[in-house]
Parts: sequence; C-alpha cells; structure tokens
Amino acid sequence: MAKKDRMSGNEAVAYAMKQIDPDVMGAFPITPSTEIPQYFAKYIADGKVHTEFVAVESEHSAMSTCIGAEAAGARAITATSSAGLAYMYELLYVASSSRLPVVMAVVNRALTGPININNDHSDSMGCRDAGWIQIYAENNQEVYDNYIQAMPIAEHCRLPIMICQDGFITSHAVENIELLDDASVKDFVGEYDPEHYLLNEEEIYSVGPYGVSPYYMEIKKAQAEAMKSAPARIKEVGEAFGQMSGRGYGMLEEYRMDDAAYAVVLIGSSAGTGKAAVDMLRADGMAAGLIKVRVFRPFPAEELAIALAGTKAVAVMDKAESFSGQGGPLFAETRSALYEAEDRPYMMNYVYGLGGRDVTIETFDEVFEDLQEVAATGDTGDGYRHIGVREA
Amino acid sequence: MKKQGNTVEIRWHGRGGQGAKTACLLLADVAFSSGKQVQGFPEYGPERMGAPITAYNRISDDKNSVHSNIYHPDYVVVVDETLLHTVDVTSGLSEDGAIIVNSTREPAEVRELLGGYKGKVCTVDAEKISVETLGKNFPNTPMLAAAVKVSNVVENHKFLHDMESSFKHKFASKPYVIDGNMKALRMSMDQVKVG
Amino acid sequence: MVRAKDINENTPWQGLTPGAEIYEPATSKLVKTGEWRVLTPLFDGTKCKQCMLCVPYCPDASIPVKDGRRLETDLDYCKGCGICAKICHFDAITMGKEER
Repeated sequence: MAKKDRMSGNEAVAYAMKQIDPDVMGAFPITPSTEIPQYFAKYIADGKVHTEFVAVESEHSAMSTCIGAEAAGARAITATSSAGLAYMYELLYVASSSRLPVVMAVVNRALTGPININNDHSDSMGCRDAGWIQIYAENNQEVYDNYIQAMPIAEHCRLPIMICQDGFITSHAVENIELLDDASVKDFVGEYDPEHYLLNEEEIYSVGPYGVSPYYMEIKKAQAEAMKSAPARIKEVGEAFGQMSGRGYGMLEEYRMDDAAYAVVLIGSSAGTGKAAVDMLRADGMAAGLIKVRVFRPFPAEELAIALAGTKAVAVMDKAESFSGQGGPLFAETRSALYEAEDRPYMMNYVYGLGGRDVTIETFDEVFEDLQEVAATGDTGDGYRHIGVREA
Repeated sequence: MKKQGNTVEIRWHGRGGQGAKTACLLLADVAFSSGKQVQGFPEYGPERMGAPITAYNRISDDKNSVHSNIYHPDYVVVVDETLLHTVDVTSGLSEDGAIIVNSTREPAEVRELLGGYKGKVCTVDAEKISVETLGKNFPNTPMLAAAVKVSNVVENHKFLHDMESSFKHKFASKPYVIDGNMKALRMSMDQVKVG
Repeated sequence: MVRAKDINENTPWQGLTPGAEIYEPATSKLVKTGEWRVLTPLFDGTKCKQCMLCVPYCPDASIPVKDGRRLETDLDYCKGCGICAKICHFDAITMGKEER
C-alpha cells in the first residue's frame, strides 16, 4: 500500500535507500547532500538496514569504496554535491569503464567560484562525459521514484548512475510525497546478482587491467554501445514503475506540447515553475509548451526531435555554463539533435539560475515573449543569453 | 505576482537560531495533516546564528509545482521584531493579507514601522508567552499558532489536535514539556491582536 | 566465457569483455616476455651452491625450483634483467649473449 507523506528531497532519497537496504555506503559529507548519509547512518544505527557504512576521509575515497565494493559483488551507494563530485572525477571514469553499476545520489550545487553553496547543474554537467547515466528530478516525488529505478537500470546496463536533484530547492524543501511500501520496493529493485564478482570462490576474476592501445578503443566502443542501448532499459523500467505506482517515466516529459508553437526545454526543479507559466500562457491563448529532459545521459535526441517538430521557436534553458562561447550543454545537445530535422524551429539558449539565482513564473513569461518575437521577426539576435543578469 | 490556483503563500522572517525554519516546516506538517498540498522551504545561504533568514510556505488544495521563492506572499510572519528596522518585511505582501509580528506593542504602533502597509497588522508577545509556558524564549511555537489563527490555512481545532499528537511523538521522553507547548499555542491564538 | 588465449589484437570489440575484465588467473603466462631479452643469464651448475638467493630476487619468477634445487632459468619469461647474476655470491650466473 502506498503511503501519503511529506518530506524533503534528501529525506526521500534516504528513505528509498532504506527501503532498498544496499550492501555498502561510502560517503563523505558536503552541503547540500550531507543529510542523505546523515539520515541513512541513523537507519543503520537503528538497525533498520544491514548496510556497511564506510566513513572515509574524502569523496575520492568514497567513490573508491563504491568501486571496490561493487567489484566484490556488493550493491554500493554514495551521495555528494559540487566540489565533492569534482573530487570524485578520476574515479567516475574508473567506475564506468570497469562497468560497475554504482548508484550515486547527486544533490546539484554550483562549483566554486565564487564560492557558492546554492543550486545549479555545473557539478553534474561537468562530468557528463564520464560514462554515467544521469537522471534528473523535478521534485521530491521524482527523486524518490528515480532512485528506486536506479538499480534495475544500472545493473542491467552495467553502467553507473547518478540520480540528481536540485540542491536546497528540492533537497531541503518539504513537499507532499507518495511512498511505496517496503515489499513493493524490494520486489521492484530485486536482488543484485552479478555474473562476475571478486568474492566468488568459484572464479578467479580481475577488474581494472591496463588496456594497451590495440584494446583500449574497443573497450570504449563497448561502453558507448552500452550507453546507446540504455534508453530501452530506462524506458522499460520507467514503464514497469508506472504499472506499480501509477507514475510512469520515459526519457523526457512533454508538457502541453501537442500543438505548441513555442517551447522551452530544460532540466530539473524549474520545470515545475515553467509548467505553471505554460498553464497561464495557454489560458491567455498562447500555444506554449515545455519539455523536461529527465535523462541527460544518454541523451534523448530522437525523442526531442520528434517532440519539437512543428514548433516555431524553442528556448533551451541551461542551469550550467560550459564556456564554449556559444551556449550551455543542454543547448549544444538539443541543437545537435535537431540538425537533421526537416523544419527546424528557431532556437535560443538561456543560461539561468546559476549559483541559486531564483527563477519565477515571470522569468518564463519573458522567455516566451522573446520566442514570440523571434518567430515573428525571424531574428534571434544574440541567441546565447544569460537570463536576469544585470547589464550596464 | 502570479501563482498557481488558490495557493496561500507565507513568508517567514527570523534570525538564524530562532526556529523560523522549524516553524515553517511545522506549518507544512500540520497543513499536510489536514489534507493540503504543501511546500515548506528555507532560503539557504552562508547564514549563521543571528543573521536574518527567510523561509517560505505554499499551501493549497491542488498540487503546486512552482519551485521559486515567494515574492508576493499572502501572509508574512516576523519572528524577531528587530528585523523591522533592517529587512523590508512587507515587500510584495498582499494588502488582503496580514503581517504577524512578535512584539509587545499594539498593532497600530507596529504599523508605523511598516512603510504604509495597508493590510492587517497583527502582534503577539511570543517571548512572554514562551517564557511563561516553557520557561525559555522559544518564539517559534507561539508564532506558528498566531500564523495559523490569522491565516486560517488550517482549521484551528484540527491544528491544536495535530500539534498535540506531534508533541507527544517528539517529546515522548520528556512528556512534561507537552503541556507547556500546548499552552503556548492556545495562549498565542487567544492573545494575538489584529489591527 | 571469453578466455585470454582466445583474444588478440584482431579481436572485434564485441569479442572482448566488459571493462576488459578477466575471468581466469595467470594470464601473464600467455605473454612470453622472454622475447624482450638482450642479455641472457648463463647458469653454471658446478659453481652453484643452491643457496636459493637468486630465486626470490627474480622479478619474473623465472627460476624454477624442484626438490630443493634451482633448475635452469625459464627463458620463456626471463627478460634478462641481470638481477640474478648481480646477487649470486658464487659467480654461478653471468650475463652474456645466447645462441638463438
């Protein structure tokens, strides 16, 4: 039986972890994800789970712990943010290239500098090419649901996975949530039964060998192929989750896109604010729509091209800079996804919400107003804009 | 200015350590218990003890998907009166709403400090109530009760009932503080002055 | 199951293992590092006192031992590093050219 409750995004993740009862957690605290290992450590102390908690001296060691534990045949989890994720960078590649399905809760926070503890996506976008599946949540319900889907996806694909949510905005906000009962979660997630693992007495097994040039590229190709086939599994798991909970998930969510002429594409908690704006603009007669990219790695290029077909102007909103000189990471991917589309819409990039800069319904109103103007005049002007930035 | 449906939006002003965030989360709790869709979230920064902090509630019948701060609240709760001199507490506050201030003063006196705000001004001496009932200055519990009384976002009787069960759970190991806390809630609901 | 002996530099990516992981021990036996050798340890059994010092010093475990006696160096894996010759107190090992 599902249970209606209210809790913060961090509590929701810790609660999902408790229901799953994984084998090992290696974690080091950093704002705003600190509460996740904190709450989970209490579950351990209270005997509610059987997890071995490895208290480490850094995130580098936290990820190393997870890699070792996964190779040994255990389910290993961690949680981090910002500089903590950056400090794991080297090991992220070790986990993914060794094809170890580590599950990491990422509570997105800006990277220094200037020093800032608030939300944007620069931390996880910074390691978007590390070979991890990345799933982002709009609200507490989604981060809970995504976490429960993480292991069935990652373990099947043999790829590590990040379950991301927006720091403070959802991690520290109490909202209504519907929790699944423990038995349903256990049943859905299942037991971890890796084919090969170090603690297997029946088989000698080595992980992480040197790969000379004649082999390295073939191994990378296999990794790329695993990522290419991940969407099928992500959709399969999202659908099964929907059958169990009534909340199904795909690679992206289309909101009022059916006949939309103007659309925004974005990731995370601001999508909820954007939906409210779309509702109001629709009530005023504008054909507005929104696409929330749920899975950023692998990128849902095909779905996005289909969803945006028929639009006149699109604003891709990035909560991270990439300093490419021509737009953020989501913009680059989205524009690339539409390269082969027959009737391409005008496309703008808005960098927004960096370092916790707030985004309101009015922010979206301005963006949609721009889109109307661009579609009417055919002039995008400077299509790479930083929204809400003070100009001299 | 814009908000979803019939949402009631509340902004809390306090100082780090006074429990404004806790009161905000408690309000989300009690509104949830009465079947509402809720949000309770503090605004985070490098704050420390004594620095001004802000926290927010959205309370509605239907799901609220907005994830921004609140700039045009229906109600404002000021847990520390000294903030009236440093923070623009009525910024964007609806004139159909109210501001509730922890103060020994009459609403009319406090109104003079509010730069021409035309809505309801309410005061309650949360410090006195807290010291009388709990023996210490914990202004957040009486301020929560005053906010519920004035805004009526939760039916008052239901609020008292839910708070009692919540205190019984929270203070299971020290039941003697339950009565004091309940008394603080009731006194505050009785004594809040609306002007 | 992919075995080390069955793969080489012509194996397509589909034929390798995920993450290049290995499912068996001692795959280094498949790599004849003796081919890297320039100088060869020449062993003179008449000078050898069977002190066994050379055995643990050999980085490639190329000095086999049987019934408490060292045997001829296993030239399949000896890289010709010369450590055994250096450590031998009885001049029983000298480094020199071998007839191939």
